[in-house]
Amino acid sequence: MIFTKEEIENLLRLVSLTNDAELNCEECLALVAEFAEQHLAGKSVSSGLEAVERHLDICDECREEFEALKKTLS
Amino acid sequence: MGRENKQWLRDLRGAVEDRESALTDLRDIVLRNLRKALAGRAHVDDSFLEDSVQDALLRILDRLDQFQGRSQFVTWATAIAIRVALGELRRSRWKDVSLDTVLEGTDHVPDRAIETAPGPEERFERQALIDKMLELIETDLTERQRTVLLAELRGMPQDEIARHLGSNRNAVYKLTHDARKKLKSALQKAGYQAEECATTLPH
Ligand SMILES: [Zn+2]
Repeated sequence: MIFTKEEIENLLRLVSLTNDAELNCEECLALVAEFAEQHLAGKSVSSGLEAVERHLDICDECREEFEALKKTLS
Repeated sequence: MGRENKQWLRDLRGAVEDRESALTDLRDIVLRNLRKALAGRAHVDDSFLEDSVQDALLRILDRLDQFQGRSQFVTWATAIAIRVALGELRRSRWKDVSLDTVLEGTDHVPDRAIETAPGPEERFERQALIDKMLELIETDLTERQRTVLLAELRGMPQDEIARHLGSNRNAVYKLTHDARKKLKSALQKAGYQAEECATTLPH
């Protein structure tokens, strides 16, 4: 199994964003609607929802789903 | 139409007539939202959208108890429908790709890769960090963690990785989360700070 340099760079980025406690995708889904509504209203993210933002920085699938959800709210 | 959250829940849990009418309305709204959410994507046609909404409605009804009223009900329902639909699109895109192919080849490098051109000094330090990472990946991670991390870095969706491993998305997430935590703490022990790891990579 060989990691390329680019893959290591990407992994380093993910490692730098890593927290001891993170939401998983299921937990993210439960909160993403509220997060998206706040985001679109231009509100600062309320406490409890920062974890959603952090999950979206790490998880490509949830990020893609969030971007799609935003399109329905605009 | 125009129901408040409480009304949605009451109708969807209510007598047959209320339930049917709420379901019809919800179906229309979710279909419209899904069409908007997935506009411009390949393989998204009416029949795909309708099938996705049908699957999503079952899942939404199944999870009504989990809705906490912290967003609009339809936003919450749409988020579930988007997960169902994008999950299906990913599945069909990846269905003929084996895990081995992904692990062997470098054809599936994700979009994230960013090349920068640091000075020689910086490049030397960066190379040391990369070498350290390669070492830690070998010494501190399990074979399964390496497999999942690499497949993900090459763009394979977590649901697909899970399918190949007979697992599920949450378990796959936990595997990579544990792996990242291990790497982070090993890097810290080796004298690297989290910020350093990301420095030459503009986000
Ligand atoms: Zn996720």
